[in-house]
Amino acid sequence: MQFFFEVLIGGLLAGVMYSLVALGFVLIFKASGVFNFAQGAMVFFAALVFVTLQEKLAAPFWLAFALTLAVMVLVGILTERVVLRPLVNQPPISLFMATIGLAFFIEGAAQLVQLWAFRDISPRPLALGFQDAPFDWLLGEFNMMVSRFDAFAALVAGALVAALAVFFNKTRVGRALRAVADDHQAALSVGIPLKYIWAIVWSVAGFVALVAGLMWGARSGVQFALTLVALKALPVLILGGFESIAGAIVGGLIIGAAEKLAEVYLGPHVGGGIEGWFAYVLALLFLLVRPEGLFGEKHIDRV
Amino acid sequence: MFYREAGQFRTSYAADQQLFPIRQDRLALLALLALAFVGVPLAANDYWFTAILIPFLVFALAALGLNILTGYAGQLSLGSAAFMAVGAVAAYNFELRVPGLPLLASFILAGACAALVGVAFGLPSLRIKGFYLAVATLAAQFFIPWLLVKVGWFSNYSSSGVITAQPMEILGYVFDTPAEKYLLVLTVVALLALAAKNMVRSAVGRAWMAVRDMDVAAEVIGIPIMRTKLTAFAVSSFYCGVAGALYAYAYVGTVQPEDLNLDLSFRILFMVIIGGVGSILGSFLGAAFITLLPIYLEVLLTFLAHEFNLNLAPGTTSMVQLLVFGALIVFFLIVEPLGLARLWQIAKEKLRLWPFPH
Repeated sequence: MQFFFEVLIGGLLAGVMYSLVALGFVLIFKASGVFNFAQGAMVFFAALVFVTLQEKLAAPFWLAFALTLAVMVLVGILTERVVLRPLVNQPPISLFMATIGLAFFIEGAAQLVQLWAFRDISPRPLALGFQDAPFDWLLGEFNMMVSRFDAFAALVAGALVAALAVFFNKTRVGRALRAVADDHQAALSVGIPLKYIWAIVWSVAGFVALVAGLMWGARSGVQFALTLVALKALPVLILGGFESIAGAIVGGLIIGAAEKLAEVYLGPHVGGGIEGWFAYVLALLFLLVRPEGLFGEKHIDRV
Repeated sequence: MFYREAGQFRTSYAADQQLFPIRQDRLALLALLALAFVGVPLAANDYWFTAILIPFLVFALAALGLNILTGYAGQLSLGSAAFMAVGAVAAYNFELRVPGLPLLASFILAGACAALVGVAFGLPSLRIKGFYLAVATLAAQFFIPWLLVKVGWFSNYSSSGVITAQPMEILGYVFDTPAEKYLLVLTVVALLALAAKNMVRSAVGRAWMAVRDMDVAAEVIGIPIMRTKLTAFAVSSFYCGVAGALYAYAYVGTVQPEDLNLDLSFRILFMVIIGGVGSILGSFLGAAFITLLPIYLEVLLTFLAHEFNLNLAPGTTSMVQLLVFGALIVFFLIVEPLGLARLWQIAKEKLRLWPFPH
């Protein structure tokens, strides 16, 4: 039983890491109706820029963070200008495919940066300044291994969600964002400047990508595989619903826990390697029951 | 001047309904087929067959399959490579376990297996659409190769799920030189492309397009949504399955199901986008473009590195390739959402008026 809880808590905390990435997707989807496939590439890119600044310029943490944030804002603005603005009023699926193109572009660019800075593309370690170790208290009291790093990541995710909730609900820009998400044309007609709003959203998504990139980079090294994290976040989104920040968190927790439990209890029976697809199949089965996700908005089609 | 239909009168229904109503189109197609079947085998060498022509045809067939689903029926799929894997493994097993089964029959059965799997993974499309569906097809992309590797029976218990295609033999004749393989692939692809061209203008194809344009409206005018979407998945996966069988038998010979991964699915999607969404011709143009681009990019980079004395780190090419692919996709979606096929159409319209445009 105590082993079960250990796996469960490990899974829930890992799920929070997925939620961090899923948040970036939700933000952009909420505000512009674009399903941004490039979020994973942005996570990788942000982590890589950060590591490059830290290692090559010996920049302190806050400076590297600020500079990377500036770079990500620039990327966001450029994306809005070059990719999204010419595609206004195109069907959502075209925009989706455009972000696949964007993902490839950013992945290629990020790897070229890495190659240029380090002369190879092996994983770079990223230090956040504290050691990962299990909590002594839990280890002693219940004999459970719970990683400090994962708990820290959960805290960061919680703080991020709180900040985003305040931003979306209490600030002027946040209200404008929600208006744009609701209806582009109506928002335009009441005088909300669409292009600034989109640039802001992409910048915020860049910020979320940076935070996710730091956490994932510290956990598994900054490497190309970080882009695959986005693929892990997709079932989370399906489960939680594309429009809901709460859904991203809850979906992440469910997927994380279910994946770890399945890996431990189901994996040995089918020969392992099930973590690659289990989350997807779970999400797929879930979709059959509730097509709009846990917290998604129900869409009514009108002819 | 050369492409003008003046004076071509259609005096019977048969003439009105033929696939290529304009004489120039028919002649051009015949010339192209003659070139592909006679000219190319005489002129090309083994490198051309194995590295360019055969992969081009195989991927064109896969792109055609995806185009039927995405371009005509409007259901985005990111799992085409998985259906190719199903086709490859199914063909291998039919050849292995059913002695005396003709090769082409096992290709067709392989396509049918892929179609069944495609329908199973197409079921969610009845309830979800758009990106939700795209993500659902990702489930196929991750699950199927895993299953094919894990269940040893599929690969006849070889290590890590590798299958080695048997020699291709039809009526006692063994197709083993690159040129022979090319001709076999070309025949299959040409026949299937003809079938697709016919299908998309029939009732089935028009139902697909109605569902693509607006499924609720299509339902209102009496098109059975479920049957239409599932046929699209079945036909598309059939094409991908046959493409997978050809990939295994005529192109690589030894297939690891994991080679048919998400990257390949994306490549096939790019072929469709760049070639032209909702166009048979576009699938071929896109496949040619995506097959040739890396080769030319490599040549160009080597040339540039040599010219400017750059010391390129290994792997640069594949990164530049990612960069260029990504940029091209965005470029095409913005500038020419209907792809190369649309450019060809514009050229034809221009030719029609040339040299006296008004």
